[in-house]
Amino acid sequence: MQTTFSLGTIDWAIILIYFIFVLGIGWALKRYMKDSKAFLEAGRSLPAWVTGLAFISANLGAIEMIGMAASGAKYGMMTVHFYFIGAIPAMIFLAIFMMPFYYGSKARSVPEYLKMRFDEKTRGFNAFAFAIMTVFSSGISMYALALLAQVIMPLQIDWNIMGIHIGEFDFYLMVSAVIVLVYMVLGGLTSAIYNEVLQFFLIVIGFAPLVFIGLKEIGGWEGIKANLPENMMHSWKFTGSAGANPLGVEWFGVVMGLGFVLSFGYWTTNFLVVQRAMAAGSMSAARKTPLIGALPKMFLPALVVIPGMIALALSNMGELDIPLKAGTTIQDFDKVIPVLLMRYMPMGVLGVGITALMASFMSGMAGNVSAFNTVFTFDIYQAYIRPDKSDKHYLKVGRWTTVVGVLASIMTAYVAKSFNNVMDFLQLIFAFVNAPLFAAFLLGMFWKRTTGHAAFWGLIGGTISAALHHGFTLPSGGSVGIKGGFFGLLHTYPSEMAQNFWTAIYAFSTALILTLLITLLTKKLKTDDELKGLVYSLTPKTKDDSKYWYQKPEFLAIVVGAIAIVLSIIFW
Amino acid sequence: MGLDIKIPIGLMFTIFGLILTILGLVTKGDTAMYEQSLGYNINLLSGLIMLVFGCFMLFTSRLFKKKKEKK
Repeated sequence: MQTTFSLGTIDWAIILIYFIFVLGIGWALKRYMKDSKAFLEAGRSLPAWVTGLAFISANLGAIEMIGMAASGAKYGMMTVHFYFIGAIPAMIFLAIFMMPFYYGSKARSVPEYLKMRFDEKTRGFNAFAFAIMTVFSSGISMYALALLAQVIMPLQIDWNIMGIHIGEFDFYLMVSAVIVLVYMVLGGLTSAIYNEVLQFFLIVIGFAPLVFIGLKEIGGWEGIKANLPENMMHSWKFTGSAGANPLGVEWFGVVMGLGFVLSFGYWTTNFLVVQRAMAAGSMSAARKTPLIGALPKMFLPALVVIPGMIALALSNMGELDIPLKAGTTIQDFDKVIPVLLMRYMPMGVLGVGITALMASFMSGMAGNVSAFNTVFTFDIYQAYIRPDKSDKHYLKVGRWTTVVGVLASIMTAYVAKSFNNVMDFLQLIFAFVNAPLFAAFLLGMFWKRTTGHAAFWGLIGGTISAALHHGFTLPSGGSVGIKGGFFGLLHTYPSEMAQNFWTAIYAFSTALILTLLITLLTKKLKTDDELKGLVYSLTPKTKDDSKYWYQKPEFLAIVVGAIAIVLSIIFW
Repeated sequence: MGLDIKIPIGLMFTIFGLILTILGLVTKGDTAMYEQSLGYNINLLSGLIMLVFGCFMLFTSRLFKKKKEKK
């Protein structure tokens, strides 16, 4: 089957107009970038709806979009767990309980909060791990963009510049890197956030026609139901045992692994998303950020999961060929979105759909670069390399860090191109480092006794236990290596998801117990006065300055929670 | 931040909306082109939605509010 698009003049024009706007936003923001706070913290001045949309958009990179469409084809409605239980409770918790400390403490980053609450080594560990992780994530986004672009927009580029061969892949990589670099150097974090908001609307408006026509062809919800196995049509009904549902996880693993450890670990401690809330203009806006993000988040499955299910249903009917993975007989579900775009979209809307995909790749890069900038400048450069310099100096460093971040991302994109396994391996290590983080935050924010030594060794211990758990288990059918089992084989999980969820549960529990124990054995080094504003029991309750009751975060939280429960019941 | 994000969003979707609406009108009745979208003139439909959204963003942006205040 044909795997390239024939883009018309109008499609190219739409893509070009989008690029002009992206660069224009950066250019228009340039004159406001007068100090490091404006550049690296967006001046803490943005309205809640902007930071709220950026909050979920930063997570809606193209890897996520393509991956979730693929999950829709693999796991069906079970995928909505990543949108409901795997996101909403954590977002509500962040807004109501954690945001007062993040925003109120005036910390400029998550690592800086760790330094204020615990100590230097805990901050250092988190800052370095996070900086490396963001550069790699940004590089993977770049790699994926160049890979997709050369397939769907073949340009027949074969240049030879000073003896270096430049093909399509290199061309698209450079173009995307240069665009991201320019708008990030000009407008800093604000540029990244504004483009995430733009990307959000592009995805909704660009993908809605695809879902509309897809549903028409298949015959709506009933049509999908008639062509997919029943256990793909429910989110909870088949979670009684792991073997009965396509995800291969039972309800406890879903609730504890995904809903608690992984979700809280990601949404409440990952600086990439938390940074969006910290850029808000007031405490009230900061607390509303995750809640405003949660509203559209719950409806995103209609745009990303449903297309995957439509594609599989059509394929089961014999109406659609999903391309196979190279050299195998396995369907490559990562191609679902491009295949459907090609199937339904004539010139015009096709350009908008492609633009939406490109936008999500680029903001995947920019989001990571913006978080990298802030952490590198404040938590590595200012903390360990050159403290006590003028603000002008740090603004300059922030700008240069953008250049370094993009260059490092280009390098990692090429690493990803040549050694696919290296990237899988690195992502695995990041997962190990991330899993125990929430334990340190939970204890640190709600138990004033928790000490820095305890948090640090809890994190290290949790990371090691994640590695051990992974090393001693395998998903069913997996072979020893990156999938696990490299220390021996003690247990086999029904699926990779089950293994991931349980790795997280083990890492979190180890970190929690270790931190508890070491806290009891070590001396509390920070006085209650120093911990004011950082710990729940020592912080005066935040008064919300919203005029009306329906503008308060608490009310919004109840609405978000209620919608999530109703949706979960409908798609039971 | 000094720039109201509603202005670029509004402008971009108004331009996209205009392009697609005009394209949809020009290609109206082109059954071969819209065969793949099951006969729906998807450009016209999407174009109109984008136009409405783009204009809404512009009218609620600072651009419009300032003018109002001047009057």
